Amino acid sequence: MSLLQIEGLGIDFGGVRAVNDVGFALKPGEIVSVIGPNGAGKTTLFNMISGVYAPARGRVALDGEDVTRMPPHHLARRGLSRTFQNLQIFQSMSVLENAVAGHHLHERGSVFADLFSLPAARRRSRASEESARALLDRVGLGRAAEQEAGSLSYGALKRLEIARALALKPRVLLLDEPAAGCNAVETEEIDHLIAKVAAEGVSILLVEHDMKMVMRISNHIVVLDHGEKIAEGEPAAIARDPRVIEAYLGAQATEAQNADG
Amino acid sequence: MRLSSKTTTLLILAAVIAIAPVFFPSSYYFRVGSLIFVNGLAVTGLVILIGYAGQISLGHAGFAGIGAYACALAPVHLGLHPALAAVLGAALSAAIAFLVGRPILRLKGYYLAVASLGFGILVSMVLSNEAQLTGGPDGMAVPELGLRAVLKAIGIDLSNTEFWYAFSGLVLVIGAWLALNLYHSPTGRALRALHGSEVAARTVGVDVAHYKLVAFVLSAVYASVSGSLLALQNKFITPDVAGFMHSIEMVTMAVLGGAGSVLGAILGAAILTTLPQVLTVFQEYEQLMLGLVMMLVMIFMREGLLPSITRRIRGRAE
Repeated sequence: MSLLQIEGLGIDFGGVRAVNDVGFALKPGEIVSVIGPNGAGKTTLFNMISGVYAPARGRVALDGEDVTRMPPHHLARRGLSRTFQNLQIFQSMSVLENAVAGHHLHERGSVFADLFSLPAARRRSRASEESARALLDRVGLGRAAEQEAGSLSYGALKRLEIARALALKPRVLLLDEPAAGCNAVETEEIDHLIAKVAAEGVSILLVEHDMKMVMRISNHIVVLDHGEKIAEGEPAAIARDPRVIEAYLGAQATEAQNADG
Repeated sequence: MRLSSKTTTLLILAAVIAIAPVFFPSSYYFRVGSLIFVNGLAVTGLVILIGYAGQISLGHAGFAGIGAYACALAPVHLGLHPALAAVLGAALSAAIAFLVGRPILRLKGYYLAVASLGFGILVSMVLSNEAQLTGGPDGMAVPELGLRAVLKAIGIDLSNTEFWYAFSGLVLVIGAWLALNLYHSPTGRALRALHGSEVAARTVGVDVAHYKLVAFVLSAVYASVSGSLLALQNKFITPDVAGFMHSIEMVTMAVLGGAGSVLGAILGAAILTTLPQVLTVFQEYEQLMLGLVMMLVMIFMREGLLPSITRRIRGRAE
């Protein structure tokens, strides 16, 4: 039984088919990676699944329920959370507050109680702060808790986004290039973290350019090119697939040409 | 440091309000003080809207007008006590903010600014044109609150200006306390989150439209109570309270002092309330100097006076 089911998903931007007829499925605890050359439509696909864009065609089902075109905050309630390729950090907050903000669904209550700082409101805040500290420790940011989020390095901010997304206690986690801008050590840490989260039963959908990482941790790989799915399968099979090799080499050849021109 | 910032702010505010009268050479200063507190209250509401939630309104004087005219009209037409009239005004402002906020908060940035501006102008037009009810541009009288007489009966004898200084000071401290509570609460975090990144706030489950509306309604109630206090202490009110200039003043006070900080915004209210009086030494150049000060602050202290100054002091200490 698949937890997340994508069928025939597609969207157009100004008459251009950005993504067309993409479908695949995620089982609980499975790590599925979406790979493809730049501009293949990976982030667009993520934005459709997470409710940021409304798809023109197709269907997204979460645990059997049709969630196509559902706004992100409703998807969050159903256990789908994500990180962003271009960081979306709450810049004016501390690192800790960013992680606490991820607990919104667990800590929200009446505005009245919050205004008067009633015991119920303080209890909710305290509980989410404790959980946030534990999550920061888990992603290796425990000691940076009181710093302003804006002062962290790029790699650290990537991990902060993962901590914030984990705060929802998601069933499905979408990670958009979590290792981008990270050095080898940081990449390995993120690698371990993702594997551990998946081992706890969270399904993970991953977009990542680090092919070594993708091949190492994915159970299943979906390859996109020009907005269409050109291949899908186990890492070993994908690495040998001629269409995949062509899509990548073709892209590299074009890039090389552009660089020459 | 972070944990105690709420207590520190409230202590500073209460201490300044309590100690300042020692240095007042005449009762006129009590009057200026209470005007600062009334403005400070409206501006504290704007801190919730602008500083926390990152939304703008150029029409909040409209809510001040509703609060002010509720105190003038409800006692005459409904026989309500002026204090209850202020509560009715706040409830009415909240209801109107709820109805108006829903459609206009879908807009962003200057679109929202223009839509809210329209709302403010609408209220002041109604107050000016419904002359049979509101007395039109000539304004109307507001009944006595009556609290001073009660205090006198139990042995606390304050002059009129002293009473309004103490009473609006107390209301301001309560308003600041509520706003600071909110800052550190789950609701405050949701507001600041959507300010930082709407898309990220959505993905952690924040119902962005709902929380923008919460901030708008709360700030409308602050403006309404501020308008009521102004009407009750002046015992007379004109449609200017709801006017465009008053809306602009409120936003300017908040931004100049530091819209992200309650204390900063109140400082902004204090400066822009007293500066015109101080600048009278420049005689005909008064307005020119006022404009110049505002421009210089915004050029050199973009975050507003208080946040910029504290950042500089901290930077030097480290």
